[in-house]
Amino acid sequence: MKTTDLIDSDQLRDDIPDFQAGDELKVHVRVVEGGKERIQVFQGDVIARQGGGLHETYTVRKLSYGVGVERTFPVHTPSVAKIEVVKRGDVRRAKLYYLRDRVGKSARIREKRDF
Amino acid sequence: MAQTAIVGEKVGMTQRWVDDRIVPVTVLRVDPMRVVQIKTTERDGYTALQVTYGQRDPRKMNQPAAGHFAAAGVQPGRNLVELRLDSVDGFEVGQEITVEQIPAGSLVDVTATSRGKGFAGTMKRHNFRGQGASHGNHKHHRAPGSIGACSFPGRVFKGLKMSGHMGHEQVTTLNLQVVDSDAERGLLVVKGSVPGPNGGVVHVRSAVKAAVKGS
Repeated sequence: MKTTDLIDSDQLRDDIPDFQAGDELKVHVRVVEGGKERIQVFQGDVIARQGGGLHETYTVRKLSYGVGVERTFPVHTPSVAKIEVVKRGDVRRAKLYYLRDRVGKSARIREKRDF
Repeated sequence: MAQTAIVGEKVGMTQRWVDDRIVPVTVLRVDPMRVVQIKTTERDGYTALQVTYGQRDPRKMNQPAAGHFAAAGVQPGRNLVELRLDSVDGFEVGQEITVEQIPAGSLVDVTATSRGKGFAGTMKRHNFRGQGASHGNHKHHRAPGSIGACSFPGRVFKGLKMSGHMGHEQVTTLNLQVVDSDAERGLLVVKGSVPGPNGGVVHVRSAVKAAVKGS
């Protein structure tokens, strides 16, 4: 245990679902525009999760009009209203950076099946 | 001089969410301090509080130190620290001082001993530029270059920036904002970094130059 964990523990969110690289997420981001707040959904595949404790982040990749877009969110940020897990992915590694070089069929992630 | 002052220990750095933004913070542990002696202008020529904090085995102390604590009637602590203050009115020997002295949102100055860097060259110590990696350079990549002229003046000027010992000196960081002041757990959280290693003793005082900065 790190000595600063004592302070960090107040800031940790407990409403974060379990998810890992390969899962498809809907990240509900709070956006403040002109004093008004609305929710914007960023849907894509988790290609990485890194760090620990309060500093942990995850990277979500999606294709937007044919262009790959990646956003990295801190897991415990208050500016994310909600995280929804859409699909569980069946992948063999923790960092899916190889997806950046792929398009189309080969850029898909197999869905995890529980028998 | 400061209105209020406390002494604590650097715990480490982390981050906090303030208004949906990450703020880098340093956590300081502030054990309750006990006033051992009060220095006054009449007697000592300046005003300060001599405080101690933590616990210390009285059997392991030498007699002068033990006697000093006994005379004040204060339980011996780890260390004796002097906190210079504008005014020591309202303080008495034996009184306990806590982190509540420094409320959240206020500005503070933090003084500590910086990390020792040992014998450092001019690039590290004075941000010299060094010399080229190529163009025929041989074993002079980090050398300082010329340090003076020729037979006039025939000497190297005093105070010229050269290699030497760096760090392990008293450093004060001014006007750090207090993010949180937790009297229950004895923690003070300030925005930004604080000199010295984790576990080092830090002196915190209310900011003395804050008004200048604001105007």
